[in-house]
Amino acid sequence: MTEHYVRDFQAFVSNGAAGAPAWLREIREGAIARFAELGFPTMKQEAWRFTSVAPIAETRFTLASAARSPLPAAAEIERLNLGAGPRLVFVDGRYVPGLSSLAGLPDGVYAGGLAAALKAGPSGALARTHLARHADWRDSAFAALNTAFLADGAFVHVSAGCVLAQPLEVIFVATEGGSDEPKVAHPRGLIVVERGAQAAVVETYASLGDGVHWTNAVTEVVVGEGARVEYYRVQREGRRAYHVATTQSRQERDSFLGLHAVTLGGTLARHDITTVLDGTGAELILNGLYVLGGSQHADHHTVIDHARAHCASHEFFNGVLAERAHGVFNGRIIVRPGAQRTDSKQTNNNLLLSTEARADSQPQLEIYADDVKCTHGSTVGPLDPTALYYLQSRGLSPETARSLLTYGFVAEILGRMQRADLRERCDRLVRAELA
Amino acid sequence: MTGKGKRETGNMLLQIQNLHATVEGREVLRGVDLVVRTGEVHAIMGPNGSGKSTLAQVLGGHPAYTVTVGSVLYEGKDLLALKPEERAREGVFLAFQYPVAIRGITNAYFLRSAVNAIRKHRGEEELGPVEFMDALEEKLKLIGWDDSYLNRPVNDGFSGGEKKRNEILQLAVLEPKLAILDETDSGLDIDALKTVAQTVEKLRRPDNATVLVTHYYRILTHIQPDVVHVLSAGRIVKSGGKELALELEERGYDWIREPATVA
Repeated sequence: MTEHYVRDFQAFVSNGAAGAPAWLREIREGAIARFAELGFPTMKQEAWRFTSVAPIAETRFTLASAARSPLPAAAEIERLNLGAGPRLVFVDGRYVPGLSSLAGLPDGVYAGGLAAALKAGPSGALARTHLARHADWRDSAFAALNTAFLADGAFVHVSAGCVLAQPLEVIFVATEGGSDEPKVAHPRGLIVVERGAQAAVVETYASLGDGVHWTNAVTEVVVGEGARVEYYRVQREGRRAYHVATTQSRQERDSFLGLHAVTLGGTLARHDITTVLDGTGAELILNGLYVLGGSQHADHHTVIDHARAHCASHEFFNGVLAERAHGVFNGRIIVRPGAQRTDSKQTNNNLLLSTEARADSQPQLEIYADDVKCTHGSTVGPLDPTALYYLQSRGLSPETARSLLTYGFVAEILGRMQRADLRERCDRLVRAELA
Repeated sequence: MTGKGKRETGNMLLQIQNLHATVEGREVLRGVDLVVRTGEVHAIMGPNGSGKSTLAQVLGGHPAYTVTVGSVLYEGKDLLALKPEERAREGVFLAFQYPVAIRGITNAYFLRSAVNAIRKHRGEEELGPVEFMDALEEKLKLIGWDDSYLNRPVNDGFSGGEKKRNEILQLAVLEPKLAILDETDSGLDIDALKTVAQTVEKLRRPDNATVLVTHYYRILTHIQPDVVHVLSAGRIVKSGGKELALELEERGYDWIREPATVA
């Protein structure tokens, strides 16, 4: 099942992508070899116990080539109702300057396509330092496959001390190849925020049609010393899309990262988030929400790696599962030897709105230091009948009571989004999903 | 204001006759009779397991409790035929012994939803967030709270005392005709108890009534009840004035328990 990707890779490297620098070509070669070795994961593997990727493995996805994809009209991007700030638009993983807008970016901020950045200049050197250095493709077949086909992507670089006040929008849209030739795209993101800088970035993943396609995304987020980053990720692809993603962050000392992941779309979604607190005094808020219905399946695997002392991480993931939806959460917290005074809190709550909905929640704590504060908790269950009665006893109809309690479940996560503009956008999207 | 003089003039608000109720197949109420008139405050006391909270929950409409025999008339209407939300809209309020946390929903939003559900039922215009906040200011003062409690999720992370105060805030905001306070005094420190009791006293009007379910005498040092009832083994076995509560405080409940042969 991996062979045709290897063949597609050979066509890919001999065809345009050959212009890449030698160091990247080398990484790609290593990545495709690793992908062929690993193959698609099966449910026999612990990390894939609850999620079968057989539908992806058994479908012959062909590489989406933006060169052949019809470009969407600007109105199709507008329909996504994004913010008015600067934006980078990618179609099937390729940067489209004509749909993008860089007006309003302050000096000291580079935002654009990776392909162009890699060709020359200081940003190319910076990309080389970080690209594919954080998201480990040696352990993940999907990250390996993305890396093998790495040609373009979003590159955001905020120089030391620079403040990007308005959120930068990064939009990855997928076209469809029709049911006879479903396509895969490998969107890539690299966000580097240097010492003392501040930035807010929103990644949106959306489908332009409602057909079958596969998105296999990787984003690396690097937060320098004392930097503050708000990173939002909204996955709102079509109900027949397959979405696999790796988000990898690394934080240096005294930095702050707010990572907010909202999963609404896809028939099958898997999101691996790995965060490394690699400097003392770093703080992470990892905030996630999945709202699923129909036969949607979404699996979130998060790793918070406390590599240094005096770091704090607060993780909150809530899932609302209606109809036959299935949510999976696995939250692993690692406290390395010497990471004393770690303060880590994890909660995962799942609301089942039907008897056929299902959720699996697994916390995993690995603590190798002795002076730490780590708590975790998870719940899976229907709406609390006592809470329903309480609201009814205050005059609310059962319908209103149910929708209020359900909304409260998502509001708990939305309330942790610090930016009001992005919180309100996520709120609108989630309400539309709940309606 | 003492109720005694007005007792005969108040209108019949609640009339409970021979009420029997079960929970999980167990009969907890075994023939309760009670009449509450407007302007009155009734205290219902009794030992643990006597059926006090069951009585409160039956009046609130808790789905886990089944009425097997008897009737409850509220303003002459069959209360038991009404759903919990209909009871609330008609002016019945139950302060919970264990108030429930509603995650993610702010107190302000919750209170406004409740007020508007009742206003809508009465054919009144619903209040917007700003108008509502204006109306809320004075109610907050009653219980000695600032705005910060309004932006917190309902009872989520509240201490036991804060939850009870929150029930009383709802009571003040919703202005029911019949308030049933289910052990609102338990778990409160002296200051909180005083605030709660004073608020209940301030909300007392000739056209409303309060039924105070309590295990302890101490709240009655701040609230003047018109009648004190003793509930034992699911029946009201004794009724009297405030002096009855005092006697219970001194002698406990044992002397008053109904002999088994009476049933």
